[in-house]
Amino acid sequence: MARWKPDVPDADATPEPLYLRRREFLGLGAAGAVGAAIAPLAALAGEDGPAGPALPAASRVDLAGGEAPTPWKAVTTYNNFYEFGSGKDDPARLAGSLRTRPWTVSVEGEVKRPRVLDVDEILRVAPLEERVYRLRCVEAWSMVVPWVGFPLAELVRRLEPTSRARYVAFETLLDPAQMPGQRSRVLEWPYLEGLRIDEAVHPLTLVAVGLYGRVLPSQNGAPLRLVVPWKYGFKSAKSIVRIRFMEEPPRTTWARMAPSEYGFYANVNPAVDHPRWSQAKERRIGEFLRRPTLPFNGYAAEVAGLYAGLDPRKLF
Amino acid sequence: MRRPWLEPAVVVAGLAPLAKLAADALTGGLGANPIEEALNRLGFWALTWLAVSLVPTPAREWLGVAWPARVGRPLGLLAFSYALLHFLFYVGVDKFFDWPVVATDLSKRPFIAVGFAALLLLAPLAITSTDAWVRRLGYRRWKRLHRLVYAAAALAVIHFLWRVKADRRKPLAFAAVFALLLAARVPGWVAAARRRPAGREGGIGG
Repeated sequence: MARWKPDVPDADATPEPLYLRRREFLGLGAAGAVGAAIAPLAALAGEDGPAGPALPAASRVDLAGGEAPTPWKAVTTYNNFYEFGSGKDDPARLAGSLRTRPWTVSVEGEVKRPRVLDVDEILRVAPLEERVYRLRCVEAWSMVVPWVGFPLAELVRRLEPTSRARYVAFETLLDPAQMPGQRSRVLEWPYLEGLRIDEAVHPLTLVAVGLYGRVLPSQNGAPLRLVVPWKYGFKSAKSIVRIRFMEEPPRTTWARMAPSEYGFYANVNPAVDHPRWSQAKERRIGEFLRRPTLPFNGYAAEVAGLYAGLDPRKLF
Repeated sequence: MRRPWLEPAVVVAGLAPLAKLAADALTGGLGANPIEEALNRLGFWALTWLAVSLVPTPAREWLGVAWPARVGRPLGLLAFSYALLHFLFYVGVDKFFDWPVVATDLSKRPFIAVGFAALLLLAPLAITSTDAWVRRLGYRRWKRLHRLVYAAAALAVIHFLWRVKADRRKPLAFAAVFALLLAARVPGWVAAARRRPAGREGGIGG
């Protein structure tokens, strides 16, 4: 008696993980068809301006000395977000795989009540404001960015850290399926950054959820990220899924990778060079000549008091 | 086979990345930080042509293909040209002739110092690339001098390796290619050393 044989060899069958995700592909197909139809129209409408769902802000504060913001296209195509690859244009090309809803943030450690918050709850913590900040990357380039968000202090207050909380750590999503850069061990994933608690509740420290009056694009750290304008950009963790209050300083990613090059504070400081390049000047994106870098990225009047008594040489 | 088109083809191919760079610069194709992108591309092509210029000798020894040897010289000169452009672009555009900064970079920053050393090692090879110089030095001495190319390649790879922040995959790929090309030469050198009576040449040269 002949035994039943499947008419599709195993090698040709859909692997189970893909089978389980089959509905996503249906969705992608439909989205792709619509996208293909719309794309030429978008090109005609001038695709280089701000795009995406609008995110109105109740107020606007310019904290970049009246400088014109760096164009939307540069802000959204020139990114350091190694979770999507180490090339500057990788995040803009590859961040489409990030799903920003549903999204939760786990609050842990030295808090009265550890819990998991939905991102839409976090968005209602405080009225959204637009803040125009300078952004200085540790690689000696800089931008002027109109963020939409609210002070991190508002969130910290509601999370009720205990009196033992002296530091707060921020962890980025770990999911190589959504973040293709995590498939290679370029950094130790997940990305971890942190602040001293008084830095975290400083009024300049922002939870950003938008850019140019639009919902934050994935390549810029959607759905929520930090913005700490007096520190090098890598301190501002993106796509945050965990906030942990701690007694001891967290072992942050870049400081762990190269302790001689990236410190915990990482305050913008023209007097302390990166071992491999000078930090005295920076290239503002869109400008030819480098301009002098300002101590604390120009926010010394607001934040220098946080570091009174600390050796400035240690503040790198 | 004569293949009269071979050398012009190499020159055209060699200048193509430069043409692409110019076209991209004019059309905004270099992204938000065009100076950084141009500098990176020039360095990348210097390393690439340097690697390609090392192919002809092993191609002859291992595959018995002789024609690539004819384009060894233009390939080497392309590598040097891109390396020189890379350096001039760094001084004249990236730093805009900010000499104190350039001097500090060259003396205090090892990654820039080794890159500059690689360029300095390539310079005498470019200068002595003519037939007249081969005659003047004698083939054996000329050949020994041109082994500096391996030191230059090693320094150039170290320059790239020390430049990147965390993602070492591209510089390590270049390191692997150069290691392979060097390894392919070793049996030839050993055989040549055996053929020569001991003591005449001295050392490991020849």
